[in-house]
Amino acid sequence: MRYLPLTETDRADMLARIGVQTVDALYADVPADELLDRLLDLPTAKGEMEVERAMARMAGKNVTAGSVPFFLGAGAYRHHVPASVDHLIQRSEFLTSYTPYQPEITQGTLQVLFEFQTQVAALTGMEVANASMYDGSTATGEAVLMAHRITKRRKAVLDGGLHPHYAEVVATLSAMASDTVDRLPPDPAGDEDILASIDAETSCVVVQTPDVFGRLIDLAPIAEKAHAVGALLVAVVTEVVALGAIEPPGAQGADIVVAEGQSLGNPLGFGGPYVGLFAARAKHVRQMPGRLCGETVDAEGKRGFVLTLSTREQHIRREKATSNICTNAGLCALAFSIHLTLLGEAGLTRLAALNHEAAVALADDLAALPGVAVLNDTFFNEFTVKLPKPAAAVVEALAAQGILAGVPVSRLMPAAGLDDLLIVAVTECVTADDRAALVAALSAAL
Amino acid sequence: MLNDKGRPTRPETAGAASAGTFTGNKGLDAEEALIFEIGRPEVSGVDLPAPKGGRTRLGGLARTAPLGLPGLSEPEAVRHYVRLSRKNYSIDAGLYPLGSCTMKHNPRLGEKMARLPGFADVHPLQPVSTVGGALEAIAEVGRWLTELTGMAACAMSPKAGAHGELAGMMAIKAALQARGLDRPVVLVPESAHGTNPATAALIGFEVRAIPARPDGTVAAADVRAAIDDRVGALMLTNPNTCGIFEPEIAEIAAAIHEAGGYFYCDGANFNAIVGKVRPGDFGVDAMHINLHKTFSTPHGGGGPGAGPVVLSERLAAFAPLPFVRVEAGKPVLVEDASQTRDGETPYGRLTAFHGQMGMFTRALAYMLSHGADGLRQASEDAVLSANYLRACLSDLMTVAFPDHPSMHEVLFDDRFLEETGVTTLDFAKAMIDEGYHPMTMYFPLVVHGAMLIEPTESESKASLDLFAATLRDLTLAAKAGDRDRFAEAPRFAPRRRLDETRAARAPKLKWEAPKPLA
Repeated sequence: MRYLPLTETDRADMLARIGVQTVDALYADVPADELLDRLLDLPTAKGEMEVERAMARMAGKNVTAGSVPFFLGAGAYRHHVPASVDHLIQRSEFLTSYTPYQPEITQGTLQVLFEFQTQVAALTGMEVANASMYDGSTATGEAVLMAHRITKRRKAVLDGGLHPHYAEVVATLSAMASDTVDRLPPDPAGDEDILASIDAETSCVVVQTPDVFGRLIDLAPIAEKAHAVGALLVAVVTEVVALGAIEPPGAQGADIVVAEGQSLGNPLGFGGPYVGLFAARAKHVRQMPGRLCGETVDAEGKRGFVLTLSTREQHIRREKATSNICTNAGLCALAFSIHLTLLGEAGLTRLAALNHEAAVALADDLAALPGVAVLNDTFFNEFTVKLPKPAAAVVEALAAQGILAGVPVSRLMPAAGLDDLLIVAVTECVTADDRAALVAALSAAL
Repeated sequence: MLNDKGRPTRPETAGAASAGTFTGNKGLDAEEALIFEIGRPEVSGVDLPAPKGGRTRLGGLARTAPLGLPGLSEPEAVRHYVRLSRKNYSIDAGLYPLGSCTMKHNPRLGEKMARLPGFADVHPLQPVSTVGGALEAIAEVGRWLTELTGMAACAMSPKAGAHGELAGMMAIKAALQARGLDRPVVLVPESAHGTNPATAALIGFEVRAIPARPDGTVAAADVRAAIDDRVGALMLTNPNTCGIFEPEIAEIAAAIHEAGGYFYCDGANFNAIVGKVRPGDFGVDAMHINLHKTFSTPHGGGGPGAGPVVLSERLAAFAPLPFVRVEAGKPVLVEDASQTRDGETPYGRLTAFHGQMGMFTRALAYMLSHGADGLRQASEDAVLSANYLRACLSDLMTVAFPDHPSMHEVLFDDRFLEETGVTTLDFAKAMIDEGYHPMTMYFPLVVHGAMLIEPTESESKASLDLFAATLRDLTLAAKAGDRDRFAEAPRFAPRRRLDETRAARAPKLKWEAPKPLA
């Protein structure tokens, strides 16, 4: 077995040194009738070539985003990731290191986390950010719990534009913890009045921008109403590239900002692993979940970094911890940080502008199709169109022609009665030819 | 300020005095400034075409102020991150005996497989007709995990071990509620990992502690004594955090089952028993599996992990959405309650999308490579290696619980350092100077000055021998009164000991631009 260095001679010598006859003697505490005397019903060891063959066969059954005109978003976005990102995250010292519990020999990871926290705070317009969460959806769940701790209230109001998966994560966690969730119905037309749902019982109002239908939300009046009744505004961003173009949630009054960071540095990967961003006001830092990296000095006075404020965390506080999170998304955070460092402010701004202009061009073209309406007044790189037919069937028909046209709203909310809506995303990876192919195919299919 | 290489530095990073060099660098060990100190906002390492600058649809919400994000060209960025990487210890570079964390070799085949475009470049919401292979991979990992554990079902979506605990405890809560039972108490041994009580508390359970016996195990009698009609579940790690297989596990499981409760097993240490004994056979109802431990997906400096949770017949119906059901050999994706069948009563959703697909593909490569035989051999070698180290060290260092054989890790306490003035922390830091990452320190909490050593199956005998010899040398040095070797350690790392108190007292959690001189 290529991964196991011990030889039969080594094993025999080691057993002799231990003073037992067989390795099973070391399993003496296992009830004798439960110790397996057979191999389990699974295949036996394979060489690299055979494994590659088996897995390539599975992978080959999937249609890859890069092989077709591709317009899916709704929480996961296909952006071009510079080649150096994937090279750097595969450096052994990043890839095969553990959580930095021994700071003297993990300054590489720790400095990256410090830089990541600073980047996330800048991008979201907030004062502090943590060292990452699993993904945007679980970060949203944690943000609600944090708001409950701060306000000592237990009712969250979820905007109808919040990604349904995110809303379900919050609802599941809240149901288990006996907290209350007021989830507003989906609102593709953009005429809900969220302000009316915020009252003196509200711990937080959770608003996504751009929302799941692609619409940009003016957070300032929501923040104002929330603050007037002692509630917090939790802003959710599922497409962080938008922050290259729009006002950061922190500048609009958000108290907690959570985001899905996959767009930078991380592949679509069928949904994971991704990286959750979590940022807040400095006064709430001790209520934050997750790991925090802070600056300090070593015994010679040199600047260095450590994990800090761990008295919030499960390994110290146990059942009184702010969260149960332990492992988070270190390597995905690294990929995010490298990509953002390569882009820089100038590159991010340009990337956002390219996304937006391609989306505007496609929205204009689709709006010109008979029977198709673009519902959004505002959007970044994603918008919702109303089709004269059920969107899922149209998507299926176009997939058969080699075009992945978008996410039918019915995929995310089967019971909402919004079967004719299609969410279409356009990133810098989409070419003018791709857009023309979608317009032509939709035109023929409708 | 700029140094003579044109790289801006900060005074505190120059460190010329202590290093004795002008740059602060010491040969291959380079000081590296922050991106905010070396980057510039107008620089980009990505070439993008100029936007045409037409009509926008941003409403009144276009960004009005700069963000303050620095950029680096590609050569600068590559150098920055490569220099930083060299300040990290890694399993690729040396033995990493971090007990309970399972730092074993990460096969590169997993990296190659995860990067196949058919897995990496697939969107989670593509039509299911275009992702049959992805669903097949998820179902296949689930099949391996249920067979290896002897359980009925596997919920694949949890993102890490603690998230898997949450998934499993939610299934237990849902099952209790479905039976109309109000059972708010969870029994958790004192030796448990901190995530166990934190998880239970997160969803409203009260935690009741079970003491550890002097031999490092949990007594069935103590569990029975703690059970009353308010107890809904027991959370137990097996093999436990002291590295011992709980000898009364069957009686403990029976006790909680007779009381109508459920047995949650923390699967952090499953890597000791794969192919040797199945958790389903010793009465487990739910157990998460850290794919980043047992199935060796890379730890990545703190994630991403993956924590699928296997469920017994009693809990399988409550598995969260989404899940993959296999019908006539074909995987079927169930994402919404409207797609469920009789007997499927998911309690909700834990995360967006389908879980850590990139970890599933790596774990599957590991499973297929090892096979049923190789996985069993890996567990046996891990256990053999831990017991071998113990045999090599037990005359000098104090084994915390000598009455039981160790599983994949061996726990020492600090009695052997009594009267030496050397603490567990000092001992660990001295290991750094010898070129080793320290073992897990001060965990579990049930022994004084704990040192938990997990060598894993990835070490050769020569590597184990050198490691044992090193620990013997350090122990003898401590006993001989060579205090400086410990108090001053680490002396040869990129940093000396760091002031953690200062970091916590006045938290500085991001870079701030230096204030301009008045």
